[in-house]
Amino acid sequence: MHSSSSSQSKTTTHTYISDKVRTLPPSGIRRFFDLLASMEGVISLGVGEPDFVTPWHIREYAIYSLEKGYTMYTSNKGMPELREELAKYLYSQHGLDYNPEEEILITVGVSEGLDLALRAILNPGDEVIVPDPCYVAYPACVTLAGGVPVPVSTSEDNDFKITAKDIARQITPKTRAILFGYPANPTGAVLSREELLQIAELAKQHNLLIISDEVYGRLVYGVEHTCVASLPDMKERTILLNGFSKAYAMTGWRIGYAASGSEVIAAMTKIHQYTMLCAPIMSQMAAIEAIKAGDREVAGMVEDYDRRRRVMVKGLRDIGLPCFEPKGAFYAFPSIKITGMTSEEFAEKLLREEQVAVVPGSAFGNNGEGYIRCCYATSLKEIEEALRRIERFVHRRLKRPSG
Amino acid sequence: MKQIFKALEGDARLTPEQISTMTGIPVDEVKKTIKKAEEDKTILKYKTVINWAKLGEEQVWALVEVKVTPQRNVGFDSIAERIYQFPEAHSVYLASGTYDLAVLVVGKTMQEVAIFVSEKLAPLEAVQGTVTHFILKKYKEDGEILEGGEGVKRLPVTP
Repeated sequence: MHSSSSSQSKTTTHTYISDKVRTLPPSGIRRFFDLLASMEGVISLGVGEPDFVTPWHIREYAIYSLEKGYTMYTSNKGMPELREELAKYLYSQHGLDYNPEEEILITVGVSEGLDLALRAILNPGDEVIVPDPCYVAYPACVTLAGGVPVPVSTSEDNDFKITAKDIARQITPKTRAILFGYPANPTGAVLSREELLQIAELAKQHNLLIISDEVYGRLVYGVEHTCVASLPDMKERTILLNGFSKAYAMTGWRIGYAASGSEVIAAMTKIHQYTMLCAPIMSQMAAIEAIKAGDREVAGMVEDYDRRRRVMVKGLRDIGLPCFEPKGAFYAFPSIKITGMTSEEFAEKLLREEQVAVVPGSAFGNNGEGYIRCCYATSLKEIEEALRRIERFVHRRLKRPSG
Repeated sequence: MKQIFKALEGDARLTPEQISTMTGIPVDEVKKTIKKAEEDKTILKYKTVINWAKLGEEQVWALVEVKVTPQRNVGFDSIAERIYQFPEAHSVYLASGTYDLAVLVVGKTMQEVAIFVSEKLAPLEAVQGTVTHFILKKYKEDGEILEGGEGVKRLPVTP
């Protein structure tokens, strides 16, 4: 679904919009938004952000910084104190040694970091390997940067993990990079160190970069998160993207960072200085407080997500929807194939009949067809009620399979 | 094991089955752990946090600072016991600083609280003096914000 179509090229009506943007498919997530807005009593499992508000000490610090008059531009790369704190953090967390002067760039969320990374490394027609299904922005950003996204199928049989073997099959002379995010949106899949090592080996063999979106890295349950850049000889070969949105419940602050070798970071900084100038100073201030003193809150939120994760997964399985165990992020990705419906049909009818919003798996790629994404970053009460409604809905279908 | 208690502390009405699902600990083990904790008083009791003001129920709370003379061998414990036996004493803490015992007193009227302090608390032999602070408004109790709060502001569907 992410490949650009050329069917519109025959249309002769005038348009101001470039071919690239015109042919880019709109995000499958947004489609439900209008329908949803007109309905009442909807329980939404369709969100992609924490239900926590940013911890108070972080908000309080940002308010204080405003009172003190921190309202101006910062250095393009971001405030030195924040970069230094991040360097310390990456060292203590992953044993990574980044020079905060040259190897770390503060970005407006991981979203900007992703865009910068792709634009910095791609020549027109270069190929970037992405998992299918994956976060909606990956293939779109590759296309916008002039590249060609090459999906590599992942499936429930392998817990939606991308493998070195499958990647190898898609490598061509034009392949420049492998782009993925584990723990994964939309599946909750996590790659082990061994699995990442094999992919890293492959990247070295074929001289590829790995763009690793680790924004869900802190949200893992009973497993360790391995930072790709921390694998042997992978620091220069990895563009590490991370941010504060998910772990610290700071989605609206739009603050993240990129870390890599100085050459790549300098190239990304060049684009960033012309397009974004710098990340907002109040968000950078908040990020400093988060990274210095946010650990306790993060741990508390992770414990909470874990409880809800178990309730969600067990609930879906009890209903009869097969669901592999997601070990990270805050999504469950059950199969709805037994209902005989497509993901979109399921999501739309579920919303109309039972007022529960989920995101159809097909929004995340062809291999997401037959699945739905259920976010469990919502209160236990709502999860339990949503599960009751989904059960009613599914069991109605199973009674008359033709429906 | 701690997960069981954290879950219960957040919501005392959770069933062992629910806790088992939330923690991945088998139901029997959850039941056994809770039973043992109830017996050895790790779990003291299950209670409900109620905003009485909403029911129009008048309640008067006062924080009473109590300065006492510690006694040989038992320190503050024996005088603390004499105070916490009164049902009017909602909570009793030994505190560092300019006074010794902090006593949270609750009554139906200001008069009732005043009478308790002046006729029961202050006259106790070891008590040197008391300072009573009436509570004017409650904002947060047992970790719960009583009014206001922040509500949901996020959009229902996001990537």
